[in-house]
Amino acid sequence: MTLWWIGNAVLLLVIVPVVVILLRGVLHAARETTQAVDGLRPVAEAVSNDLDAVELLNTTQEQVSQTVTVVANYGGSLDTILEDA
Amino acid sequence: MEPAAVVTLIAVVLVILALVVYLVAVILELRKITAGLDAVIESVGGILKKSEPVNGVVETINQDLSAGTDLLEGLLDKKAGQDDAAGLVESLYPGSGASVLERQGRSGEVKNIDEVYTRGAVQLARLGRESPLGVGAMSGAALRDATYSSAAARSIYTNPSGPVADEPGGSRHRPRSPVIGTEAGADGGTQSGEPKSSDG
Repeated sequence: MTLWWIGNAVLLLVIVPVVVILLRGVLHAARETTQAVDGLRPVAEAVSNDLDAVELLNTTQEQVSQTVTVVANYGGSLDTILEDA
Repeated sequence: MEPAAVVTLIAVVLVILALVVYLVAVILELRKITAGLDAVIESVGGILKKSEPVNGVVETINQDLSAGTDLLEGLLDKKAGQDDAAGLVESLYPGSGASVLERQGRSGEVKNIDEVYTRGAVQLARLGRESPLGVGAMSGAALRDATYSSAAARSIYTNPSGPVADEPGGSRHRPRSPVIGTEAGADGGTQSGEPKSSDG
């Protein structure tokens, strides 16, 4: 009977508080994760919006190609006009 | 029932209650996290989709630009010589002359083209003397408008409208040509402040 009471005391004074503390820690971590995900959402949306200009790279590519072509033609003219070193 | 058994039952019930309450709360939080991650993943998918062609496009742009760079460097090598080509690139883009030498398979110090500009000046002068206008027939209509053709040249002066006087009532004169070369000041005069002729 004495051992039973001792077991009850341990259960109430040690095990129950430890279980509660551990569960509160898990709940706290889960809530922090929720906040982090909530903060991540607008950032991801903003990054996605920032990348809208990526489509313009195709225009840039065409412009660069045309510019290099013009430069090549200009270089050919300079090659004709100027004497070699 | 014995009192010890009652206390044991109460303790067990307390443990189970704590487990239920906190685990349910954790489950609710995890559901919120799942919903948030679903929204984030949607945006991340958009990022992936939008950034997918970037590598190919940028590589193509780099290839085109590299071809243009090689072309211009080859032209510089041919026209100005390897030494002056690296120096010319260095004068335009400080720090880039060494990379030109490296692409030429050479090493050493890049020539300071700001001081050694004779070849470039000769090329400019040659353009003036041997340009297509210069070899045209002397007769016929004038190719150069004697009245207005100097407007562009005069526009580089501070007062392009005409002669100026240094002081009120003083003699009017047109400013001298800007100085080029190592003795040139920031405003086109000499470093000492006195304008110097550039006909040398």
